[in-house]
Formats: sequence, C-alpha cells, structure tokens
Amino acid sequence: MQEENNCIRPPRRFKRSKVNVIEKAKREVEELAKVVCDNGESLPYGHLKWARAKQEERVPVAKEKLARHNRGEGLSEAVTNTKLLTKEKEIEYAIEQAARTEILLTEDAGFLEVDEGESSTQVTQKQIANSVDILSASKHFQLFLEEFGPYRINYTRNGRYLLLGGRKGHIAAFDWITKKPLCEINVMEELFDVQWLHNELMFAVAQKRWVYIYDNQGVELHCLKTLHNVLRMDFLPYHFLLACSSANSFLSWLDVSLGKMVAQFPIRQGRLNIMAQNPYNACLCLGHAQGTVTMWSPNMKEPLVKMLCHNRPLQALAVNRNGMYMATSAVDRSVRIWDLRQLNGPLQDYRMAGIASNLSFSDRSLLAVGMGNIVEVYRDCCATTADHAYLRHKVNRSIADMQFCPYEDILGVGSGSGFTSMIVPGAGEPNFDALESNPYQTKRQRQEAEVKALLEKIQPELITLDPYAIGEVNVPTLKEKMAAKHALMLGKPPEIDFTPRRNKRKGSVRAAKAKKIVKERVKKDYIEAVKAISSEKKDNDQSNQEKPYSVLDRFLPKKKK
Amino acid sequence: MRVKVLCRNPDEYLRETKRDIFKVPRNYSPELHPLEGPREYTRALNAIKLERVFAKPFVGNLDGHREGVTCFGKHPERLSLVSSGSYDGEVCFWDLPSQTCVRRFQAHSGFVRGLTFVPDGNGLLSVGDDKTVKTWNTDSLFDSNEEPIETRISKTVLTGITHHQKKDIFATCGEACLLWEETRNSPIQVYEWGVDTLLDVTFNAVETDLLLSCASDRSIIIYDVRDCGPVKKFVMSLRTNKLCWNPMEATVFTCANEDYNLYTFDVRNLRSAVQVHKNHVSAVTCVDYAPTGREFVSGSFDKSIRIFEIDKANSRDIYHTKRMQHVTSVAWSLDNKYVLSGSDEMNVRVWKARASEKLGALRPREKNALNYSAALREKYASHPQIKRIARHRQVPKHIQHAKKELSVIRTKLVRKEINRRKHAKPGAEEPYVPERKKSVIDVQQ
Repeated sequence: MQEENNCIRPPRRFKRSKVNVIEKAKREVEELAKVVCDNGESLPYGHLKWARAKQEERVPVAKEKLARHNRGEGLSEAVTNTKLLTKEKEIEYAIEQAARTEILLTEDAGFLEVDEGESSTQVTQKQIANSVDILSASKHFQLFLEEFGPYRINYTRNGRYLLLGGRKGHIAAFDWITKKPLCEINVMEELFDVQWLHNELMFAVAQKRWVYIYDNQGVELHCLKTLHNVLRMDFLPYHFLLACSSANSFLSWLDVSLGKMVAQFPIRQGRLNIMAQNPYNACLCLGHAQGTVTMWSPNMKEPLVKMLCHNRPLQALAVNRNGMYMATSAVDRSVRIWDLRQLNGPLQDYRMAGIASNLSFSDRSLLAVGMGNIVEVYRDCCATTADHAYLRHKVNRSIADMQFCPYEDILGVGSGSGFTSMIVPGAGEPNFDALESNPYQTKRQRQEAEVKALLEKIQPELITLDPYAIGEVNVPTLKEKMAAKHALMLGKPPEIDFTPRRNKRKGSVRAAKAKKIVKERVKKDYIEAVKAISSEKKDNDQSNQEKPYSVLDRFLPKKKK
Repeated sequence: MRVKVLCRNPDEYLRETKRDIFKVPRNYSPELHPLEGPREYTRALNAIKLERVFAKPFVGNLDGHREGVTCFGKHPERLSLVSSGSYDGEVCFWDLPSQTCVRRFQAHSGFVRGLTFVPDGNGLLSVGDDKTVKTWNTDSLFDSNEEPIETRISKTVLTGITHHQKKDIFATCGEACLLWEETRNSPIQVYEWGVDTLLDVTFNAVETDLLLSCASDRSIIIYDVRDCGPVKKFVMSLRTNKLCWNPMEATVFTCANEDYNLYTFDVRNLRSAVQVHKNHVSAVTCVDYAPTGREFVSGSFDKSIRIFEIDKANSRDIYHTKRMQHVTSVAWSLDNKYVLSGSDEMNVRVWKARASEKLGALRPREKNALNYSAALREKYASHPQIKRIARHRQVPKHIQHAKKELSVIRTKLVRKEINRRKHAKPGAEEPYVPERKKSVIDVQQ
C-alpha cells in the first residue's frame, strides 16, 4: 500500500499544483480587474489583459543606478533604422539588467559619523580602532623600521599583499592582514621604488642602476639592464606593461609577459620622479618641474596631452579610479583638482598648510594628502569643495609614499620611520568582482586568473586617451578632409613615369611628342581639379558674405547678368 | 561617534568544503571593469582566431560506391538515413552515425539519374538511364530481396525526378516533363515547351504545386501542375545544371549555372536575379538549400563545395580535400547540421555545416561562452583585422590560380566596357546593364 502511494504521488501532486497555479492566476487577474474598475461592472477582455500586464511589470530601476551603468548617449531620435533601434533596445535592456544586479551586492561601504559640534578631523586612529571590531582594529598597525627608511610601499591589485622597500635596500613582502611574511631581503644598494607585477608571485625593484625582478621568496629572477636609473615604476595590469620613468628623463614600457621593450623614449623634461597611471585609459601621467603634466602612451613620442597645472614645480600627482579627476600639488602649497575627461579645470584649488609631497586617491575617491609627516584625508573634495580634512594623522618622520589598499578601508603610509597602516572608514570599494581581482582567491583561482588575463592581454597599440574609441565608427574628421584638400591645392601635379614599352622609338621626335602630350594632359587635369575646388570655395565665400551696398560701389564693374 | 569599517566575513567568500565550487561574487559596476572597449576587442580577436583553429569541417567519408556518385535522396523523417546513386546504377543506403552502408542494390543499368523519397518515407523512387522509374521498399532495410516494388517504363530518356510534397504525384524530366501518379503506370501529363532535354526538375516545398525545371537550351521553365502546365520560361546566357527551391520562401529559388555562378531568383521578377553568387572557379554542378532557407551549399567542377548565405554574393565557407574530385551532388541534412557531398571519385563525404561548431551536447557554461564569443565576433566583425582573419581561407593551388586568372579576365571585360562607352558617339553609348540582369536574356510567358 505504501509503495503504491509512493508510485502515484509525484504525478498527482504535479497536476494539482499546476491546476492551482492557473486558478490562482485567474483569481488574481479577476481581483485586479475589480480594483481597476471599482463600480463593479464587468470589464471587457482587453482590460483584463492590461491588468495582467500591469501586474507583471517589474519595479523600475532608479535613475542614478541606470546612470552608473550607462555607457554613453543612445541613438538620436532621428534614427529610424529598425536594426539599429532593436540593437539600442538590447543595449538598454542590458544596462537595466546590470543595474538590477546591484540589489545582490552584499557589503556596505564604511563611514564615520561624529556628534554635532565635533569634527571628524580630530578623531584619532586610536579612537577609531577602539570603537571597531577586533578584526578591523588589527588592521591598524605600525612597523618601526628606522634603520633603512624612508619606505616605498605597494599593495597587490587584490589588496592582500604588501611590499615595502626601504631606500637603503631593505625589501619585505608579506600578507598584511595575517602578517604572514613572504620574504625579507636586503639588496645592499640604494633602492628607489618597488612594484608588484600582475599577482603576488613577482615584484620589480628599481635599484641604484637597474631594475630587478624578484619572486615572492626574494630570489632574483631578472636583471633588466635596459631599464636604468629608474625612479618610479607602475604596472598596467591589463596590458602586462611595467612602466618606468628614469632620472635621465626616459620613459619606458616593458612587456613583462614577453620580456620585450615595447617603447622607450626620451621625455627631455629632467628627472622624472612624479608618475601616476590613469586607470581609466592606461595612459601615464608625468609631473614636471615646470608645473606641467604630460600624458603618454607608448605609441607616440609626443605627449598626448600637455597641461600647465601650476606655475611652480610639481610635487605630486594622483588620478582617481574612474579617470575622472586628477589631483596635482606644487611647491606653492596648492593642491588642484582637474577634470581629466574634459581636460579642463581646475575644478578645485586648495591651499594647504604645507607642501603636499604625496597624493593618493582611494577606490571611492577620497584623497589622501601627505605633507611632511602629516597625512590628511579629504572626502568629497573633487566635484564639491571640502572645507576641512576628513581625517588627520601624524607619523614620526616625513612621508615617502602613500597608497590606499584596494577593497579595504586602509591607507598605507611609508615614511622615514617605517610603515603605518591607517584606518580610513569609507575609503574602500565594498564589493569586489571576483573575476577582476579577488582578495580571497586560492592558488588554483590565481593560476586560472593568470591564464585568463594573459589570453586577454590588451596590445599596447590600443592605449589611447579615449578607451572607447575602438568601438566607434571611423569617420575621417573634417580636419583630415581639409588637410587632403589643402594638399591638393598646394601640391604639384603628379609626376608620371614615362618609360616607353619599346626602345625602338627612343629619342625619336614622335616619342618626345607623345611624352609632352601626356604630361600636358595630366597637368591640365590637375589644374581643373584645383579650379573646381577653388570655385567651390569662392561660391561659398560669395554666398556667405553679402556686403551691404556702399556709396563707392557705383564705381565697381557692373555685374554680368 | 559612529564608525563602520569594511570587514568581510571570510566564510561568505570562501567555499565550505574542498568539493564545493568556488564562490564568485560579482559587481558589474563599470568602474571595476576599466578598458572595456580594448578588452572586448581582444576577446573578439581571440574568438575569431579560435574559430579558425577549430574549423575542421570534415566529419567522415562514406566509401562503398564502385563508381562516381550522381545523386542523393534525403529521408524526410529519419535523419540518419541517406541514399545515394552512382554511375554504375547502384543505389546505397547509408547509416550516417555509424558511417556504414546498410544496404546496396543494382537499381538500373547505366547511371542512376535521380533519387527521391516518398514524403511519408515509405518508398524510394529512382530514375536511371534505362528509361525506367522504379519504386523501392525502405521498410525492410536488411532484406536481401532487391526487387523493386514497382517498375514504370518511360518512352523517353529520364534525367531527374521529384515528388510532390502532399499529393501522390511525382514528376520526371527528360525530353519532356512528365507528371506521374503513384497508382498509374503511365504519365498523367506531358509538358513540353520546345526543348530537347530537361536536366533537372524540382517541386516547391511551400507552394507545393509549382514545378521548376532547367533545360539544355539554357532555359528555365516554371510549371503549375494544377493548371495546364508551363507558366513561364526564361533564358539565361549559359546552361543551368541544377535548381533548388528555397524551402522557407515560396517564391525564391537558386540555380547552379555553367558560367561559374549561382543565381538566386524571385519568381515574381525574372528579369533580374536577386543575388549573383560568385566565387566558384568552374561550372557549378549542384545546389541544395539548408532547411532554414537562409543558406545553401553548392558543389562545383572545381573540386570544392561552397556555402553561401542567400543575400551575400561571396561564399561564407569553402570545403575541399586533396582527394575530392569534381563534385556532382550535394545535400544539406534536415537537422541543419551537416552537408553531404558526392563526387566523381566514388566517395560520399560528410561535412559540418558550420565548420567550427562543436558536435555533441554542450554544457551550459560552454554554451554561454560560445554565445558570448559569437556576439563579440558579430560586434567587432567590421574591424579590419578581425574581418581579415574571418575571411581568410586556405584554398588549393589550382583554385588560387584559376581565381587570379578569372579576376584578370573580369577586370579586362570591365575595362573594355568602360573604354567602349568612353569612345562611343555621345548619345549612342551602350546602356549600362547591372550584373544581376546580365545573365537573363529573355523571359517568355
């Protein structure tokens, strides 16, 4: 009996539930129809359908969410091409779906709220550490390394590992959360910069003469003698390029996946000790002693952009994550914020208490300013003017380097006295994308991600100011068209190669005649082409400039009708 | 003072056991995914390269015929069964999954000229050089009885056969177009329009009463079997070898022409072709449509088969092997996945319809990845580098040379026409005739 029941049950249950669903839906629609038409009259079929459709409509997505995922303006209303319109609809749908996924993000950003009448500037690190949970409190720590300082620092892309490099040759790599060391070595010579490569397995160190690459056990893998006297390094993770700027004013891009130098050329602007990467388009920004900032791609020996930011020598430079803002500081104690998309500004001009020797943007566009041995963090300082610092912290000796840890509310400060890890609530991106960079990745995941990243390595030729240019239609600009026309106007008639097929007539009168005829014909054609262009131009001029009749015009030759 | 600092619980981001799958939290914010354009482009480039890497269209070779293959018959209901006829009058039944010949019998003396299954799949009709139409049983596949169920004798030579989609009638061609009923021994209708030999005949799959045939005097004739017979006739500049109706669009058909081209026509306007499909470098001998009606396959005397989209002038793909000789017949399988080709050197070859498609069931992730790369390929299709890789095909030397020679000939013709026009008396220039109208000489009602 039991078994029989078991056999029968599944289909029966299924059938019943199906019927239930249909009946339920019917009932719902009827109820809805009643609501729509509350005077009790029966509605025609169309209305029922409408009511049903209304019920199935999804909650609309907030406009600011859509704006966050938007990739630019849509089609203009003049477009009637059905294919394009369908495509447009698909794109809009994709944007909406992407915006809808925000509901699945689990973490919220950090914050710091103080009582009325108080200022968050006065809140000390100790106070913050005391009022957060023990795990977060352990992220605030100091390393006293006074012997080999000042220290340059670098976090890996997933924010898990930290690399310290003291000026006097001390290198230490460790997992800064668990404080588990990877290696600690001394290269026994002067050291200018340290930089992780694409993952925590390798790092580059700019030493006294050359750049060296070590693995995470401190074993020297490569000595790059083509990169010498390097002062600053940066890594372009999607292109696998190690960018270096040197004391003798050379800028170089080294492809670390092939070990090949992609480009290396002189900048001719003196010591290049201020460099930052624009993460939005992978261009390099260099700061110069003339107060200018230049942007470089490996494809052009001229700067893509040259902007005069200050009238004094530049001190520091930072670009925020979405490439919208650039912060620059100069020796006149000013810090300016620039709009990098429009290339104008300054949006903000701040006058600091001291010379800002270090600048750093966090994931959520908080700006850390290092002045002497004081770190100040500013919030909402780009689009709006910040009137006071969000946080302030003092370290023992002058600051040499600062970096916000990706995906954490942490600011790492390297100074003459060692390393300080500061808690800055609200600095880090709360929700990471595991396929992009994952702080919790295992060895296997790291290996897979490395292979994927290498497969999708972007070629250095694609580094441009506008990264979306590759998806646009290549329309020759008006300028190019004009240049082509101009070249025709000013050029000479094309020369023709007149070598006769047979040598029999060589030097004969007939051959010379033929040559002359052909040459003249080409010249004539050319002159006609130029005439056509100039007459077109003239017509335009005449139609544009209708002069008012003046008294002296009566002496002009009369117009032919 | 209220403080909140980011503090993630590792348990939410790490998998619980080693057998578990990895947790992959996603955040689709564009800020976390910089350089979208160049990265997509790189992926598209990889996708197109991989497509070419995986483009291995040859599935298998069915050998068993003792002479060149002349024609195919596609079973209307069973995907695995295909019949083929050969020059020596033998008909083979092939089981495609196992790539074996399951049945063979001597059907005719001389060539087998045409094969067609009865729409319900219960019989196979064959015509041969011996002026007979034979009906064969398809039920008892392994029966040793190799006698036809029925033999009809025609007075004239037969060169092709086609069966009506719904009614019990079929048509043969030869000296005239004959209409037969299955229950009768002699033709019920004879259609003639002053030609000596008809080469091919085919029924429309949608407008089932329309019949199309091509003749050796370069003409193509349209019949209506409900009516008195021939409806329209038009003459092309060279002979048409094979015809095929589009199975989805009732008015469209494609013909394989002797002048190296295929022409797609709309019955409503026969003065100009809808599209001229070039690329073959020798006479096109056979053509067959995909069941979707969007593509067709053609075989040629130049030892290659090509796949065309109906609205494109150039072929999507070319298939060839070292050993394949002149292609005499092609067929597109009814599941839209495979293409069959029969050629002079006694072999039937099975090809994939899409060269780089993976066969067999796909896992959902695999399917998603393939869909994604297909979308990328489409999005970046017009970028020069991607276009170049997508278009590039390695072709045999003889085709390469012939292609070069043809291009020289064609440019010469164009140049000559331009010169003639240039030097003609003003007002007396010959009119410009577009490529699509060039090959149609005359249309008769």
